[in-house]
Amino acid sequence: MKTEESYLEEVTASEYKYGFYTNIESDKVPPGLNEEVIRIISAKKNEPEWMLEWRLDAFRKFQKMTEPKWPNVTYPEPDLQAISYYAAPKKKKELESLDEVDPELLKTFEKLGISLDEQKRLTGVAMDVVVDSVSVATTFKAKLRELGIIFCSISEAIQEHPELVKKYLGTVVPKSDNYYAALNSAVFTDGSFCYIPKGVRCPMELSTYFRINEAGTGQFERTLVIADEASYVSYLEGCTAPMRDENQLHAAVVELVALDDAEIKYSTVQNWYPGDKEGKGGVYNFVTKRGLCERNAKISWTQVETGSAVTWKYPSCILKGENSVGEFYSVAVTNNYQQADTGTKMIHLGKNTKSTIISKGICAGKSNGSYRGLVKIGPRAENARNFSQCDSLLMGDGCGSHTFPYIETQNKSAKIEHEATTSKIGEDQIFYCQQRGIGEEEAIALIVNGYCKDVLNQLPMEFAVEAQKLLAISLEGSVG
Amino acid sequence: MEALKDKLESSFLVFENELNGQALGEVHNRRKEAFERFVESGFPTKRHEEWKYTNLKPILKHDYRVFLSDDNTVDFSAIKKFFLSDTDTYKLVFIDGYYSSWLSETTHEKFDICTFSSMLTKYRDVAEKYFNKALPKEEALASVNTAFAKEGAFIRIKRNQTADKPVELIFITTDHGVETMSQPRNLVVVEENAEVSILERHQSLSSKPVLTNVATEIFALRDSRLNYYKIQNDVHTASLIDSTSVKQYANSSVTVGTFALGNKFVRNNLNFFLEEEYTQSYLDGITIIDEGQTVDHHTLVDHKVPNCYSDELYKGIYDANAHGVFNGKVMVHPHAQKTNAFQQNNNILLTDKASIDTKPQLEIYADDVKCSHGCTIGQLDDEALFYMQSRGIPEKEAKALLLYAFANDSLRNVKIPALRKKLNRQIANKLNVNLDFEL
Repeated sequence: MKTEESYLEEVTASEYKYGFYTNIESDKVPPGLNEEVIRIISAKKNEPEWMLEWRLDAFRKFQKMTEPKWPNVTYPEPDLQAISYYAAPKKKKELESLDEVDPELLKTFEKLGISLDEQKRLTGVAMDVVVDSVSVATTFKAKLRELGIIFCSISEAIQEHPELVKKYLGTVVPKSDNYYAALNSAVFTDGSFCYIPKGVRCPMELSTYFRINEAGTGQFERTLVIADEASYVSYLEGCTAPMRDENQLHAAVVELVALDDAEIKYSTVQNWYPGDKEGKGGVYNFVTKRGLCERNAKISWTQVETGSAVTWKYPSCILKGENSVGEFYSVAVTNNYQQADTGTKMIHLGKNTKSTIISKGICAGKSNGSYRGLVKIGPRAENARNFSQCDSLLMGDGCGSHTFPYIETQNKSAKIEHEATTSKIGEDQIFYCQQRGIGEEEAIALIVNGYCKDVLNQLPMEFAVEAQKLLAISLEGSVG
Repeated sequence: MEALKDKLESSFLVFENELNGQALGEVHNRRKEAFERFVESGFPTKRHEEWKYTNLKPILKHDYRVFLSDDNTVDFSAIKKFFLSDTDTYKLVFIDGYYSSWLSETTHEKFDICTFSSMLTKYRDVAEKYFNKALPKEEALASVNTAFAKEGAFIRIKRNQTADKPVELIFITTDHGVETMSQPRNLVVVEENAEVSILERHQSLSSKPVLTNVATEIFALRDSRLNYYKIQNDVHTASLIDSTSVKQYANSSVTVGTFALGNKFVRNNLNFFLEEEYTQSYLDGITIIDEGQTVDHHTLVDHKVPNCYSDELYKGIYDANAHGVFNGKVMVHPHAQKTNAFQQNNNILLTDKASIDTKPQLEIYADDVKCSHGCTIGQLDDEALFYMQSRGIPEKEAKALLLYAFANDSLRNVKIPALRKKLNRQIANKLNVNLDFEL
């Protein structure tokens, strides 16, 4: 009979399945970070003058900042001068249908199990595919255009909808917000832009697939989602990265704006390359994600984090308007030598604002997972309500789990509850299952699955499958 | 802050000169070491993670007098109210940092209850074994206290002895017409299978601002039992910075209760280091503060070894523009399996000007553990209030009753009846009601 240890060993031993390298010629800018590089990026993308100024301003602010040291993670500092800040697939021409896409690329997606055709046909998901930094295929555009929804790459938006970009870019995450947000503002090459007009309910899930592809390129994505009054959108973001030995830096910025009565649902499945069993290689994932809620608006973050060598990421909600709602659901799995410092910030400014935080951590091997969250109730936030629950499940005695909740209250009518537990998989639960003829392996699967259910239930149907797949890869077979 | 730092630096030279023969030897080496650390680090600012919510600047801006004369005397009648009534106790009373023999009651029979200074001269081995061995090196204010450590309480309960009476430590600061600072230093050693209860109070009789920077080191050896209660109910011109470190050895059980009702400013750094297995630690706290008051509780329970149990319960009620901070850290090291750690912090804000910043923190590096924390911020239950009012209890009393019931949990480990009574009365007073019953 397999013992739990041997099972866990097997689980931990599973190699990253999506590690491969697509051979597409790239148009690379020589590595280095300076004003000249930013000018080249801006020129290559044919950007207007104000955008270049915006980037340069961010870069100047960036130069005055230093790498943050407070997260509970250790890693060699990435050498920003060694990164090439622009890489675009070379065969670039206007593409109308999938047939025109580089067949090499299509193969890549097939290996990932997300063949575009299939997705298009079966799930009705419009994909804005980003390989390295420039989008190559956008589908379902026409259908969205009928409703007045704008869903395109951010470079395209800068060209075609400058008024919207100008109005909202950098309003939720200011250029000088933090070290990596400033870096992103200066050098971002692409990303997605989405605008839902007044009163429109987006009929399909909008989705972006990010892939880091070119060796030695950091990816600096910029996403801006604007939901105008009384509109609704569900946005999906997913990542898998090829196996690579050197560390790759990923510093994205995501900004969400939910105007009065609007609702944004933002779901992420993240599976960047986590490094090998010895903790060598892997992606650095330093992301700034933040949403702004106006009156009666709602923003809901759902994330399943299984990859990356080092993660620090705090999807946040600024609950500015009255009756606005913020939600955060997260499953973070760390294995081998992975480190994750993740959580959320709920900043209550308006009256009757509500927030819910459900965070589930699973740590195995020699990994470390931290929850770091802030709940802040401003003096004017009457009747604010928050509920936070942070649970951690530990597998193996070499891993660590940490909780750093910050709760700051300046209003007497606030009701805040926070609870956190840390434990290993219950031996009596496993025993109970085994007693009833369920094998140990299946028992652990059952328990882990049940443990994450609160979060997985929040994912849209199409994505839940993908999420379970990725969870299953991280904890081989234990999630059915 | 810089001015005070400069002053402390010159004061330290004076202090060294006055020590004469004692300026050599191990104890003084540790003082010097601590002082050098402080000179290097300076006072903590809001940029330090541990001081994120508490600003020391307004406290340290005063021109405190560091050395006081022993001219002032105090009548027993003036300070009688600070003692436990109708209970016989051992007493150690200090006036302006000087031991007051005629107000105190000490013993050397089965156990030593005497002063820190006499310990330094009489029991050099004890001093060398324990002095500054429990306090964490990185706490600047504890280092300052160590540097100036000279007087305070020394309590040693010898093997298999149980102290027949509780011990009361009372530190009085009198009026010198200027701002004053005092730095008492206490050492408590509870030997194998010994038991004692201790009470600590700091009171200011001065109309000028007083800063007390006290440090206490506690060693609970195998199978020992210790209850340590701190009553922090000083006048509104007094500030208190308390650094307490406990080292616990196998099977020992230690309770530290911190009851913060008064003072302008209180900062408690309470550290538990669990050195051997099967220990039990209880950390209880009640904070009830109002106009212009700040209370900051920082606790650390360091689970270094397996099979230890810790339980932390802090309750806070904040009125007017009071500011409360709670930062509870539970650290479970690798191999500290079967740790059972529990932490709870409940708060009630009574006004919109009051604020609370809380950070219950878990750092866990072992898998077979049970650790949880809960933290709430809320108000009184309207329905409960209505229920009581509908049965003829006026709103004010009903509110006070509910608040009293809310805070009362944290008195669970107060084992001395007279102290329980006293705390009950003080809490009722603070809530501005007359509760003519006891729970």
